[in-house]
Amino acid sequence: MNDRALTVLLVDDNEDFLEQMRLQLEAIGHQVVVAVGQQEFERILPDAHFDIAVVDLMMEHHDSGFVVAYHIKKKNPATPVILVTAVAAETGLVFDAATREERSWVHADVVLDKPVRVEQLEREFKRLIKADAS
Amino acid sequence: MAEPVRVLVVDDELGIRLGVTRVLQNFSVRLAEVEGDVTFQLTQAESGEEALEKIAASCPDLLLLDHKLPGLQGLEVLDRLTQQNLDLLIIMITAYATIETAVMATKRGAYDFLAKPFSPDELKATVSKAAKQLILQREARRLAQEKRQVRFQFISVLAHELKAPLAAVEGFLDLLKNRVVEPDTPKYDEILGRSSVRLGGMRKLINDLLDLTRIESGQKSRELALVDVREVARKALETMAPAAVERGITIQLHAEEPVTLHADPGELEIILNNLVSNGVKYNRDAGRVDITLARRDGRIFVVVADTGIGMTQEEVSHLFKEFSRIKNAKTRNILGSGLGLSIVKKLAQLYGGDALVESTPDVGSTFTVTLSDSPPQEGDEGEAAS
Repeated sequence: MNDRALTVLLVDDNEDFLEQMRLQLEAIGHQVVVAVGQQEFERILPDAHFDIAVVDLMMEHHDSGFVVAYHIKKKNPATPVILVTAVAAETGLVFDAATREERSWVHADVVLDKPVRVEQLEREFKRLIKADAS
Repeated sequence: MAEPVRVLVVDDELGIRLGVTRVLQNFSVRLAEVEGDVTFQLTQAESGEEALEKIAASCPDLLLLDHKLPGLQGLEVLDRLTQQNLDLLIIMITAYATIETAVMATKRGAYDFLAKPFSPDELKATVSKAAKQLILQREARRLAQEKRQVRFQFISVLAHELKAPLAAVEGFLDLLKNRVVEPDTPKYDEILGRSSVRLGGMRKLINDLLDLTRIESGQKSRELALVDVREVARKALETMAPAAVERGITIQLHAEEPVTLHADPGELEIILNNLVSNGVKYNRDAGRVDITLARRDGRIFVVVADTGIGMTQEEVSHLFKEFSRIKNAKTRNILGSGLGLSIVKKLAQLYGGDALVESTPDVGSTFTVTLSDSPPQEGDEGEAAS
């Protein structure tokens, strides 16, 4: 079904979103590990194995996603991190991870605005994993 | 100190302009409504045309406007200004105490008039009265603005709270529509179940919102009757019993005798239902909910104690605010609108009482609602205080 099956870590405090994303990613052949919020993420991180992470920005704290991304990169700098957020729509705050400078403080490889579709994620997976392999 | 009142004097007589400026520049007035003295800052214009220009550039608070001017007459200036609906009080200066002009001017929007010749004291008295009016207007505007802001904040949070369940149900429907989940599988039923739960939560939010709106607007037609609170509590207990049994939670009502109160039965039901359902929802499995009713010093005490997850002091401090759902791992799977306790508190206050809570994390919470025997009548000062 999928030439490149990945293990995806999903971190979000919205359980409905997590479940919906999980089912859709599994339907296209990926394996999924979920963490409901930053706290649960911190608990499972030491034993978790995943190829790529999709992380919500605003969870328990407004900057939870940044913290989660930081921990993932600290454990393995090569793991791609996709930050998803509704922060632009809700606060008008705009930030990106498009340049090296931005990525130096936003520890993520790409920032996507919510709502995120699974096709969009799949496209980013292919791009980031390819970039990773080359 | 309050901002100075900006005064524009419009008169073709230099003597009047200088005289008014001299008197008011060194004048200050103490008003009960503001801290410190109110002072005056003056500018002048010698014709109606010049006055209109100056007002267009920067609108003063107070205009002292001579009736008899070269070119545009005072009354014409007045007409043009009242049409613009400016935030400006106008005092007409009329020669020879022509009372007809003064009456006409006030009819056409002037706040007051001064008859020439006037003494410094007359000027001060008239201007003081106008200043007081200005300060009151400013204060009323500030309050209205604050109210609008609170309202706006409430609406944006509400919109967010309503969008969340919609987004969830939409997402679930998409899964079914795109056959990500196949019919006749347990997952399919689970997704339908979760969608129903989210819609139920949305319905609860809307109902709570309607309750809150009726309470706040005072439009809820209250039917006062002698109500036995024990009966209301018993009904709330029965309503929650199935959910409690499912999780092995015991609910007990402690009331030796009927506890009667002049009240609206619907409002008492909202209070008891909210407290008892919270006691069950935020409890641990096999926990307890104790409802105790007592009458002391002419007041009724409704005490609902649970053995649930409890709250920290920090969490308690937000509890009675609108949409202050406490979000942590323990409350994650508990549905709530975030409005229930703010409604309980508002209702309690309507009965001259209050809603309080004591809580210890992982031990439990005890909610105490006090209600006074004779509820105030509709349209009382409760509205003015809000």
